[in-house]
Amino acid sequence: MSLVARYLEAHGIPTVVFGCARDIVEHAGVPRFVFCDFPLGNPCGRPFDAAMQRHVVGLGLDLLAGATAPRTTLVAPYAWGDDTWKEKCFTPERPFLDEAATARWLERKQAYRDLKSTGSA
Amino acid sequence: MASDDMASDHVRYIDKTRDYYRSEGYDKPYRWAHFDDVPFTPLGTPLSQCRVGLVTTSEMAVRGVAQPVPDDDPLRNPYWLASDTPIADLYSLKVAYDRYATTLDDVDSYLPLTRLAEAAAEGRIAARAPRFQVAFSQYSQRKTLGVDAPMILDWLREDRVDVAVLTAV
Repeated sequence: MSLVARYLEAHGIPTVVFGCARDIVEHAGVPRFVFCDFPLGNPCGRPFDAAMQRHVVGLGLDLLAGATAPRTTLVAPYAWGDDTWKEKCFTPERPFLDEAATARWLERKQAYRDLKSTGSA
Repeated sequence: MASDDMASDHVRYIDKTRDYYRSEGYDKPYRWAHFDDVPFTPLGTPLSQCRVGLVTTSEMAVRGVAQPVPDDDPLRNPYWLASDTPIADLYSLKVAYDRYATTLDDVDSYLPLTRLAEAAAEGRIAARAPRFQVAFSQYSQRKTLGVDAPMILDWLREDRVDVAVLTAV
């Protein structure tokens, strides 16, 4: 997503990225970023909390208008509560993808490599 | 420039994924995209006069309709759906999220179609774009930059979008 934001911005469209993986987005470098310190999946606020989502999305709209330089990160002022997920994500106890999804991912990756090797991608 | 200090206790996914996949037997770590320079386009028009586009990695689909990109399609090119699709008819096919900690059952928590419609109704933005775009999280950065991003730019230009909101799921 960061790469797409950078591309759009370079072609004249101001962007704001909403995300939960701060290190990945900031490592790539984007113009404007609203960081929501939540588990991967809900970058615009807690599920079924319309008021929080309204606030978080509003912060991004403000950032579109207010940012004066690239790499502007704004941290949404919310905590998930129970932070167990921070320790447990990407561990053998909580593998990110289940076995079937991992298998599909590897198959697609190989198929893409095959296409590339024949010049079709 | 960040609005808070860097002592934040956010998850270091780059480190975590490297360690995790190494432990799973993948010894070649993924090289996350990194750039020294970041493009910047100042907003040239008041936001209240802007048409806002929406791009997401949340792999949306419409209930009762064939999924836009089959699971076995290795190219996984971006696609678009109508922004006025009833929110109750939309769902996410994304499997790469923290399924132990949260859900993707509330579309607006990652694809803020309702929130943008509200912003338009309030006059905070001029309008929500008529379509939103889905980009897959590709492992090939060359593919994202060379194929996917240009396709999305074309669609946003067709829709006369002034600014874009991107949500990374």
